[in-house]
Amino acid sequence: MSTGTVVTGLGIVAPGGFGAAEYWAFVLAGRSAIGPITRFDPSPYPTRLAGEVRGFVAEERVPGRIVVQTDQWTHLGLAATDLALADARLEPAAVPEYEMAVVTASSSGGTEFGQREIQSLWRRGPQFVGAYQSIAWFYAATTGQISIRHGMRGPCGVVCTEQAGGLDALAQARRLVRDGSRMVLTGGTDASLCPYGLTAQLASGRLSRSQDALRAYVPFDAQAGGYVPGEGGAILVVEDERAALARGARAYGTVAGYGATFDPAPETGREPGLRRAAELALADAGIGPDRIDVVFADAVGLPELDRQEAAAITAIFGPYGVPVTAPKTMSGRLYAGGAALDVAVALLSIRDGVIPPTIGILRQAEECELDLVRDRARPASVSTALVLARGYGGFNAAAVVTAPSL
Amino acid sequence: MTTPATLRNGRPRVAITGLGVVAPGGIGVKAFWDLLTSGRTATRSISLFDATGFRSRVAAECDFYPEEEGLSPQEIRRLDRAAQFGLVCVRDAIADSGVAGLVPPERIGVSIGSAVGCTMRLEDEYVVLSNGGEKWLVDPAYLVPHAYDYMVPSTIAAEAARAAGAEGPVALISTGCTAGLDSIGHGLRLLYENSADLVIAGAADAPLSPITAACFDAIKATSPDNDDPEHASRPFDLNRHGFVLGEGAAVLVLERLDDARARGARIYGEIVGFASRSNAFHMTGLKPDGREMAEAITVAMAQNGVAPEDIDYINAHGSGTKQNDRHETAAFKRSLGQRAYEVPVSSIKSMIGHSLGAIGSIEVAACALALTHQVVPPTANLHTPDPECDLDYVPLTARDQELDMVLSVGSGFGGFQSAMVVARGSAA
Repeated sequence: MSTGTVVTGLGIVAPGGFGAAEYWAFVLAGRSAIGPITRFDPSPYPTRLAGEVRGFVAEERVPGRIVVQTDQWTHLGLAATDLALADARLEPAAVPEYEMAVVTASSSGGTEFGQREIQSLWRRGPQFVGAYQSIAWFYAATTGQISIRHGMRGPCGVVCTEQAGGLDALAQARRLVRDGSRMVLTGGTDASLCPYGLTAQLASGRLSRSQDALRAYVPFDAQAGGYVPGEGGAILVVEDERAALARGARAYGTVAGYGATFDPAPETGREPGLRRAAELALADAGIGPDRIDVVFADAVGLPELDRQEAAAITAIFGPYGVPVTAPKTMSGRLYAGGAALDVAVALLSIRDGVIPPTIGILRQAEECELDLVRDRARPASVSTALVLARGYGGFNAAAVVTAPSL
Repeated sequence: MTTPATLRNGRPRVAITGLGVVAPGGIGVKAFWDLLTSGRTATRSISLFDATGFRSRVAAECDFYPEEEGLSPQEIRRLDRAAQFGLVCVRDAIADSGVAGLVPPERIGVSIGSAVGCTMRLEDEYVVLSNGGEKWLVDPAYLVPHAYDYMVPSTIAAEAARAAGAEGPVALISTGCTAGLDSIGHGLRLLYENSADLVIAGAADAPLSPITAACFDAIKATSPDNDDPEHASRPFDLNRHGFVLGEGAAVLVLERLDDARARGARIYGEIVGFASRSNAFHMTGLKPDGREMAEAITVAMAQNGVAPEDIDYINAHGSGTKQNDRHETAAFKRSLGQRAYEVPVSSIKSMIGHSLGAIGSIEVAACALALTHQVVPPTANLHTPDPECDLDYVPLTARDQELDMVLSVGSGFGGFQSAMVVARGSAA
């Protein structure tokens, strides 16, 4: 029935670029969008750097009525959706209402909106909590708002697996397409750059405390010391290949493989599940490792987690066996938006035959035997990419995207 | 006659082989079912926080003592109440199913729903870090080690996965108040696509904290009948005044029917259809015509060729808000036609309140028990029929009835509408 699941639209709203073209130019240039937090005064906190979507004015991108009803995370998601639909040249009104769905990933919901309202509650009392807290804060807000705005009445969903969420949402979108949906908006955004959001993130022990924007997030480096959090992400238009072909759409590529696993308990000392997720994704795509032209790494930026990821990649591809990159070093880790953005960038990499770099690495950790694409974009024939993602708590996901057959 | 191994749409039949429930009125499957069939209610004045000054001060609370449920001191310290509920349910469901050790970890999947995640602890920590709401720049000096675990709802699924010994696909599904149906629906997909041989599916929510109560206060969604808390949840009654917030969890063990039979498992029921739709209308408002819920019901039934006449009972969303009860009454008529007037419909939220994302799984557990015991649970507190709600809502008293096929539905903020069809476990 369904032939394949293709990506036909990219909507990127991320630190460094607004829209696929701008963001792609940004990552190819190898610059950094990481800088001091400006959304609030970060001076009381050990982490003061972040990837912010600079210049994003919600009122310019989202109807004013919706702006006040939703958190920044949803603003970014709605803006990314508009970009994705425009990029796909897809008019939702032309698609049967029950054959369109929205599946987004969320890592932490409407954190900043929530902090404002919870402050009103505790400072002033329950009657001062606004009517929109109930619809802005919960993890389903972005999916719900996108569904309403574009009249998408199919089987909508919300997946929460922290940084793995972008891939898990993409997989869910593919399931829906295989089950008869013509198009699904998927991916994710996150925005937890408010004081409570940042403070809660500090408890993970994974945030970088460096004040040097160029060295704060250096995965696979001998001096790796955590990651820099960011906001934003990507929304993708995925379609049934035949439906896309019928409407004359251009496809960036095919969602060819996916695998998800959960780590064994750390105290067992057993190998984490990332390698198996990657192997499942390859098997699902029906290809061997030799067909992979580039790996987009999860790249947490903590020595032990980097070593584990490098070991997983090396186990499949051999030492220095495949180009590996982490353009997220330029934008920060975007949680639910992160892996969705990596998929978008992987598709652009396939389109243009160039691998965007990992920046900031001075001395690669010896135990990470990776062919890391460093500092400068590397021209390469890229027809198939593997994207890896790990969500805090033990979640692993991997996706294979391939060049379009259209 | 043996039942075929697949549904009419070619997918494998999936059996429910284990249940774990933490619900208001008693912990465990037996206490849960006893409450539902007695028609007693577990709604009461809020005791979990000081609700002075709140518009709605009633709730359906769980009498949950984690030590008695076997949680370790570290689990109690580390985990939010919703994650604790989930953990107890996972352990109980697996023990109930007898499946422990039979499936390799990498073939066990987990799908847990939650609408609001770990909000109780998230709020507790906020209060300390902000010094009672005083500071916008909250004070990191008072940070507890597990604060990030409360910020990400995925913690609930991660803890469930650990408890289940699962190393297959694990996800937290958070489609608001349909999350507990959608999480089971996601679990079905994992079995259909052969990503797992065993799926632990369910949902947990523990929203009884000031911020969540204030959210619903602000939009007047919850019942203000504070003087009569035992009777505050009145779905389908003319004098209903909103839902009563609840809490709890339920977890189901799901296997392919063939596998369950091969190991001689007890089968509570088979899930033979699931569908969800969105109304794309309003984040909280519902059109009175019930159109999208009706579509979800119709699609779920079609997956195994279920006809309206086959449905013997509907477990309604029945939240007790004016608009919901009207909306879904219309949806039943639209999807089932004349059958809607003949089939018993009830809302267990009249007894155990509305536990947001958890309730969908709790209601499927109730459906599995209804099929097992051949009893329809009642709608408590239904004394004055609403002319706009003119179906058989099984007022006050449980009913013995032959049940082969039941329908459970959910509706939630964001416009989500979900429907699931559960059939009586057929003999091998």
